[in-house]
Amino acid sequence: MAYALQQLINGITLGMIYGLIAVGYTMVYGIIGMINFAHGDVFMIGAFLSLISFILLGIAGITYVPLALFLTLLFAAAISALYGWAIERIAYRPLRGSFRLAPLISAIGMSIALQNFAQVSQGARDKNLIELIPGGFDIFQQDGFVVQLTWMQIVITIVTLTLLGGFTWLVTKTPLGRAMRACEQDMKMTALLGIDVNRTISLTFVIGASLAAVAGMLFLLYYGSINFYIGFNAGVKAFTAAVLGGVGSLPGAVIGGLAIGLIEAFWSGYASVEYKDVAAFSVLIIVLIFMPTGLLGRADVEKV
Amino acid sequence: MKAALRDAGLSALVALGLFGAMVGLRTDVGIGTSKLTINPQPLAVAIIVAVVFLGRLGLVLWAQHKAAAAPVAKKPSHMPALGRYVAPAMLLIAATLPLYSSRYIIDVGVLVMTYVMLGWGLNIVVGLAGLLDLGYVAFYAVGAYSYTLLATTFGLSFWICLPIAGILAAVWGMILGFPVLRLRGDYLAIVTLAFGEIIRLVLINWRDFSGGSAGIASIPKITFFGLVFADRPGGFDDFFGFEYASIHGKIFLYFVILALALLTNWASLRLRRLPIGRAWEALREDEIACRSLGINTTNTKLTAFALGAFFGGLAGSFFAVKQGFVSPESFTFNESATILAIVVLGGMGSQIGVAFAAVFLIGGFELLRELGWLKTFMATTFGMTDFDPAQYRGLLFGLAMVVMMVLRPRGFVSTRSPSIFLKERKAVSGDLVKEGHG
Repeated sequence: MAYALQQLINGITLGMIYGLIAVGYTMVYGIIGMINFAHGDVFMIGAFLSLISFILLGIAGITYVPLALFLTLLFAAAISALYGWAIERIAYRPLRGSFRLAPLISAIGMSIALQNFAQVSQGARDKNLIELIPGGFDIFQQDGFVVQLTWMQIVITIVTLTLLGGFTWLVTKTPLGRAMRACEQDMKMTALLGIDVNRTISLTFVIGASLAAVAGMLFLLYYGSINFYIGFNAGVKAFTAAVLGGVGSLPGAVIGGLAIGLIEAFWSGYASVEYKDVAAFSVLIIVLIFMPTGLLGRADVEKV
Repeated sequence: MKAALRDAGLSALVALGLFGAMVGLRTDVGIGTSKLTINPQPLAVAIIVAVVFLGRLGLVLWAQHKAAAAPVAKKPSHMPALGRYVAPAMLLIAATLPLYSSRYIIDVGVLVMTYVMLGWGLNIVVGLAGLLDLGYVAFYAVGAYSYTLLATTFGLSFWICLPIAGILAAVWGMILGFPVLRLRGDYLAIVTLAFGEIIRLVLINWRDFSGGSAGIASIPKITFFGLVFADRPGGFDDFFGFEYASIHGKIFLYFVILALALLTNWASLRLRRLPIGRAWEALREDEIACRSLGINTTNTKLTAFALGAFFGGLAGSFFAVKQGFVSPESFTFNESATILAIVVLGGMGSQIGVAFAAVFLIGGFELLRELGWLKTFMATTFGMTDFDPAQYRGLLFGLAMVVMMVLRPRGFVSTRSPSIFLKERKAVSGDLVKEGHG
């Protein structure tokens, strides 16, 4: 019981991170109908930028943790947003209206390029960061097993929920959100109504990339170690989360993220740690075959 | 001019933002501590920003110049001639390569030929049938491990295992393909990616079966009708009365992979003329139209998938016999991406384009490694003492895929020679072929 509760806590924390990345996938897929394969690598770039920022702040002598977190979050999100914008501008925008597989191949190329870029510029070794938010408190104890909730997990949950709340407000209540939803339904009609479609799509990428960067920062804090390859696994899992929740649905992405986090935590806890990625990838295959619309998605009608 | 300068300046500013932190502030483990420190690289950032500025300036000015000049009618492409003259020439060079090459060149030749074969195999799936397979390396792995396990457990020879490995890979292709081929193009890509990763993870973790991440060593070598390539009585050289030379084994391996690659090429060229091959190409162009014409899309896709897997399995089996050692490390996503890059840059569907792409991408980088002056140049100019061109391979492959999609989505060799024609065969420019949505 205690062990299960602990896995539940771990799974929810992990799920929050996946959910943040999944939002970027689901938004882009909703609007331009392509899998932004490079999104996982933007997450990785965000993690590296956070690492650089933490070290810089350490050198500058800013050791008050909340301030350091806030500054790093701003820095990583801003630069990653620039990455998201540049990727869309260079690799995807010229391909709008090209043949079906072109954007996907371009996205895969971008992903490979970003991964190798990080490897070349920052080195291939694992980068370790000291634990910035240590400690936690014990919830309860059973048969000598202590269920612990760390401060880190609380921070991750609060940051994620705040950002997702703000983001939901943005999509449902602001003119930009309305433009985004309009583009999702019918891009041509939206353009005819005087909305700058290119700008809306760019902003979607910018927002998605900054959310992924925050996820990267949280990942760095939670695990304390990153390398250039983390974007691949996290990207595939977050994509699984997006599909599981229903591509195009925001609450779906978060629910999917939580589900994947829980599956991974419980699988590692009760079945085998070695096969945890196999479990996540199998879920992806099963979901795509049997429920391609996901939990909250709409059925996709094929048109000629 | 002023607008161009402004545009280039903005681009340089964006480049500064993108690369300033990631390139300029390299995190390294400090000397004498385990803590990370920042290792600034201002010169590298300055060079990148300057290149972006000048590149953008040149691009904008060139675009203005082009817009001002009178539009010129497009000349008809001479690409079909390429197939007629260049292909036999390339074949001749490939067939006679061992006669005048050093041991090193033959080694590179074997490597390049393996990728040519993999490229042609994947070309059936991606280029002809239009199914994006991101887990092609899984079938390569199935082939390699099939030969390894059959040879080390039952002592079967390579020539018996080769078709078995191909068939096993094809069976895996069907097992995977049957449920997933109903999916749309991009979902299919992700599922094949997941499948490739699952195979690799199982190979790493199922130690009793595959030896885990340590791999399996001492795989039996290739034989020539039962004659081994070794310096002993009853060996290949002894039997034919040659003086023993270890290069004979290499040359034989080279001809084996050349034959296998040509088999792949021949099979896909012949299949294109069969109804099934025409169905593949029709499927690539428009799936819904195909379905309404009564083509069984699932079976059509399944044959393409299984055949592609079959050739991947053959190549994997050859890889195992060549290396004498297999481990899951050789079957990562990067490998799939490399093969896909070859097919994409070769023009998706063009046989000769794929061969060219493999020669340039694989052989070119191997030769670049040997250039001593490049290393000295990088060390003296940029202070990169540990410069290795292979590090930049992935970066270049990725960017090349993006540039290719933006500029020539139908590939360098983008003319299509129609399989069916009325009275006379006319080459169709790839630009004119518009694809439907499937």
